[in-house]
Amino acid sequence: MSEIDTQRRNFLKTSVGAAAVAIAPGIMLFDIAHGKPEGASSKVRWGMLIDTAQCKTGCNECVTACNKENGLSGGTAATDSQWIRKIEIKDISNGRELSLPMMCQHCEHPPCVDVCPTNASMKRADGIVLVDKHRCIGCRYCMMACPYKARSFVHEPLHDQNPDVPRGKGTVESCTLCVHRVDEGRQPACVESCPNKAILFGDLNDANSEIAVKVRAVASVQIRADLHLNPGVRYQGI
Amino acid sequence: MMKILLSVLLFASTSAWAADSSAPKLDIGKGGQCVEDTQWMRKNHMHLLKHQRDETLRKGIRDEKVSLKNCIECHASTKDDSVIARDDSFCVGCHRYEAVKVDCFECHSGTRKSAWLQQRNAK
Repeated sequence: MSEIDTQRRNFLKTSVGAAAVAIAPGIMLFDIAHGKPEGASSKVRWGMLIDTAQCKTGCNECVTACNKENGLSGGTAATDSQWIRKIEIKDISNGRELSLPMMCQHCEHPPCVDVCPTNASMKRADGIVLVDKHRCIGCRYCMMACPYKARSFVHEPLHDQNPDVPRGKGTVESCTLCVHRVDEGRQPACVESCPNKAILFGDLNDANSEIAVKVRAVASVQIRADLHLNPGVRYQGI
Repeated sequence: MMKILLSVLLFASTSAWAADSSAPKLDIGKGGQCVEDTQWMRKNHMHLLKHQRDETLRKGIRDEKVSLKNCIECHASTKDDSVIARDDSFCVGCHRYEAVKVDCFECHSGTRKSAWLQQRNAK
């Protein structure tokens, strides 16, 4: 679904390259366009385990860190981008209160990807759900499809973006799991910032990773598991 | 026949550009050549960037040599750390001369990353 058919591109590449050789010997067009062979691997499934017992009511550190990392204004108006929110929930039958962060859940079967008419909404091989803003036309179907209300639309022109995090008017955006950090082998900004280490980030597919061990050991749930989207973000203690 | 015609056209257009004394004078920043020679890059940089953007975003292949961020790292002006800030900035200079709109910087930063980080951390 999210894979672009590269057959035609490959064909064009080789034929143009051949033409280039004919035109100017010694110059191979596109010869160096191939990047490093290793990219995101489907052997990896990035995920998070959020321990709600450690998440303190009123603490907003993860949200602040996300805003700073990704250059969000921090506003909470309807037209402001919010990639992560703190949510306070209360069981009215007994008064038990909980606080938890809510962001893109990086589903295995993301409804935002299903509905995207331009294939802009996509899931990387390692499970990170992203918006390809080169293709996004800003129709916002994905925002309607997302059961977690995780996506935002950029309404105003932006300036001075983080060189690692391109963002622009007229496109939809959401938590990228700090993909630019993850590709460097670092942790997402929210994980790093949490004073209580309530968010655990790692590879769910690696049986020996800290997150996989903990997911095996403690009871955790996916939010709206009834939708069978298999989110990569799990919550403990709800 | 088409190939001959095409090659004549290409040769004519590139050599004319190179010889034109009214061609834009650019602030090339640190400059240097890491991908291909100047004429080749003038003609083909857009193909590299367009190819690489899909590789990077969709497949996670971050090839530093042809990444936009790394182009900017070397070619941003040493005065204002930008490829778009002034009329003779590296990207703007030619694109204005050729009247080709450059969309990249509506989303991408045109500032050298090291300088941008310094600025943010100073805040």
